[in-house]
Amino acid sequence: MEIEKFYYDNKTVKWFGYAVMFWGIVGMLAGLWAAIAMYYPALNLGLPATTFGRMRPVHTNAVVFAFVGNGIFMGVYYSLQRLCKTRMFSDTLSKIHFWGWQLIIVAGAITLWAGKTTGKEYAELEWPIDIAIAVVWIIFGINLFGTIIRRRESHIYVAIWFYIATWVTVAMLHIVNSIELPVSMWKSYSWYAGVQDALVQWWYGHNAVAFFLTTPYLGLMYYFLPKAANRPIYSYRLSIIHFWALIFIYIWAGPHHLLYTALPDWAQSLGVVFSIMLIAPSWGGMLNGLFTLRGAWDKVKEDPVLKFLVVAITCYGMATLEGPLLSLKSVNTISHFTDWTIAHVHIGALGWNGFLTFGVLYWLIPRMWNTTLYSKKLAGTHFWIGTIGIVLYAIPLYWAGFTQSMMWKNFTEEGQLRFQFLETVTHIIPMYVTRSIGGALYLSGALLMVYNLRKTIAKGNFIANEAAEAAPLPKKIPTHGKTYWHRWIERRPMQMLVFSLIAVAIGGMIELIPTFLVKSNIPTISSVKPYTPLELHGRDIYIREGCYLCHSQMVRPFRDEVARYGEYSKAGEFVYDHPFQWGSKRTGPDLARVGGKYPDSWHYNHMLDPTSMSPGSIMPSYVWLMDHELDTSRTGAMIRAMRKLGVPYPDGYAADQAGKDLARQEAVIDSSLRADKIQAGRNKEIVALIAYLQRLGKDIKEAPKEQTASK
Amino acid sequence: MSAIILLLIASLSVAVVFLGAFIWSVKHHQFDDGFSPPRRILFDDPPVENIPDQSINKK
Ligand code: HEM
Ligand code: HEM
Repeated sequence: MEIEKFYYDNKTVKWFGYAVMFWGIVGMLAGLWAAIAMYYPALNLGLPATTFGRMRPVHTNAVVFAFVGNGIFMGVYYSLQRLCKTRMFSDTLSKIHFWGWQLIIVAGAITLWAGKTTGKEYAELEWPIDIAIAVVWIIFGINLFGTIIRRRESHIYVAIWFYIATWVTVAMLHIVNSIELPVSMWKSYSWYAGVQDALVQWWYGHNAVAFFLTTPYLGLMYYFLPKAANRPIYSYRLSIIHFWALIFIYIWAGPHHLLYTALPDWAQSLGVVFSIMLIAPSWGGMLNGLFTLRGAWDKVKEDPVLKFLVVAITCYGMATLEGPLLSLKSVNTISHFTDWTIAHVHIGALGWNGFLTFGVLYWLIPRMWNTTLYSKKLAGTHFWIGTIGIVLYAIPLYWAGFTQSMMWKNFTEEGQLRFQFLETVTHIIPMYVTRSIGGALYLSGALLMVYNLRKTIAKGNFIANEAAEAAPLPKKIPTHGKTYWHRWIERRPMQMLVFSLIAVAIGGMIELIPTFLVKSNIPTISSVKPYTPLELHGRDIYIREGCYLCHSQMVRPFRDEVARYGEYSKAGEFVYDHPFQWGSKRTGPDLARVGGKYPDSWHYNHMLDPTSMSPGSIMPSYVWLMDHELDTSRTGAMIRAMRKLGVPYPDGYAADQAGKDLARQEAVIDSSLRADKIQAGRNKEIVALIAYLQRLGKDIKEAPKEQTASK
Repeated sequence: MSAIILLLIASLSVAVVFLGAFIWSVKHHQFDDGFSPPRRILFDDPPVENIPDQSINKK
């Protein structure tokens, strides 16, 4: 057979590599900023853009979609060409993919800083950017599948399967979760409301973790680990089982983010069962990675690349053991809403994603520049600083999460809550300080790496097009004649196992569907009414400022939460919430029942200077709400959008009556503020925010008992 | 609850796509040989002659 000569495209890999380093530093700086803001809120310099509620989504989007995202593309573009023995399908598509993605990131950062957000975690970007993401993702898909189809190697190596799964699943997740109704250029409302929105969001959120932070990186692990160690993966069969099992189990685990919330019980149980099942393939994968290095530990001691990969794989193991543990209802009772979740996240993020990325960069860059690493010693230093950084990040947060949860749940002998919420916050501030030191160390390690790689690049010669040779695929892959299907099953115990797994998963689903249909109606509570126009404006401000990133709106049915916040939350309370605002972290207290708890003037003073009302509070001041005028020109469009989503405002309400109602409610709040000697000015944003806060949890108090007795 | 139905449909269709992919891969003998593929990836051809940065036609 004739041997063909061709060239691998390294240039695109190089660009993605630069982007990884750049956005990694930016994203981690934003994380560090947020970490410091948690005990020194004045860090925002009085600006809206630099306040915690906006910096946190900038951080999460930058590290997940820019740092890890570009890391995925860098690794895929490098390994896919070599695994398929062909150049990428189209250089033009590669270019569009690269620049399109960077443009999305820049647009994302700017809009998030400007407060344009959908208010759904990890899906904050507004609708025009959502569309751009879909387009670029499809371009990536054409390039990916085009390359696979043109391959010169008939066997599809397991890493490629992980890439395919990533592409397919992320496409689906992104589309389903981003269904939203645009109100204006940079504002939209989620199509779903309340419980349904929460379910879609965490189905997305969990699978984003699974198929953005996990499966593509597993693909990278299965390629770069054997390459770096120069030995084959311990068990190829195991890697294939790892893949198929993950794919069929991961999708169903999402509800573990919503345990004890107003989500129906069966959905919660389903999430728990599948989460527990995940331990098996995950640990299979981890052991497969570590066993690959058996008998080569002397090499690990020498080689910084392998050191990074070993810690990354170990952290994958830790996060995937801890994850199922967190899915147990009894553990989640303690961990949910606390820093425990944040510690779990960063074991995965800093350890698994971060260290794997560093390892790949240290391996890839010298190779593409046809040279050796500038300084092994510096890389070793990076390794140790980074590892200490992870430890200092995670341990204080486990401690903080556990301690705070115990304090929340602590009752005195007389049956009173022992601690004010604020006491539980000030108690853990030293842990927050330590975490930021850990983060700073981790970041300085990354800076060392950038320096080291820059030096490496300077002494090397970039190979833009790397020559390679391979025979083309035979037109038809020879088959061994007709065999009966059960024959090959008998001969293949591994495939059998995978098949039964699939059968169980799908069977379980089909069995459950009828139950879903019967039991899953959201009970309606007649006293729950749509928001007034002013409250709706206030809600938009609440979302814009990212209040949901520190405050939950979900009282779980526990003694301490009911004692602290009031009656537990019912599904029927959220039917007009587009999007839902349950939150996932309680840095501040729950707000689901805050309405009517304090006078309007308390809220005014509290937003102006939180410490004046709650001495020692770490909430930032929101002075600009006192100055900004409310944009009432949007009222009509907002109401019309809500009506389209099924919120029952009367016919023609948007045209005229909405504006009048808004003005009337402003006047009421204004006069109540005046009574307390506050001259707010009635058309300020703060008035709308107060209106919203005072509404929270009020409706249910007027409901007849029998409607709220059950959920 | 309509959202659940939507999620089920989406999740199940992905599961079906992968089931199809799995059957395809088994039928095309993707998993018959568990020995050589993991070893083959270790052997890249050494760079013969690389052309510097300029667009080239792929083939
Ligand atoms: C210098 C390193 C980093 C620092 C200092 C840092 C700091 C932070 C802080 C302060 C938060 C908010 C926690 C809260 O609300 O209580 C956070 C959240 C988060 N970070 Fe980082 N981070 C770092 C690196 C990373 C990396 C590399 C990734 C991902 C690859 C990452 C992913 C996330 C995610 C997903 C969240 C949201 C967690 C949740 O909603 O539960 N972080 N980070
Ligand atoms: C078998 C694997 C895993 C399971 C079953 C799992 C399970 C969980 C659970 C139960 C939570 C807490 C939900 C809550 O109380 O709000 C959670 C949060 C999270 N996990 Fe995992 N986890 C796994 C692996 C990982 C890995 C490897 C990573 C990162 C690379 C990761 C990243 C996250 C993130 C970002 C969150 C925060 C979501 C949020 O609240 O914003 N997980 N996970």
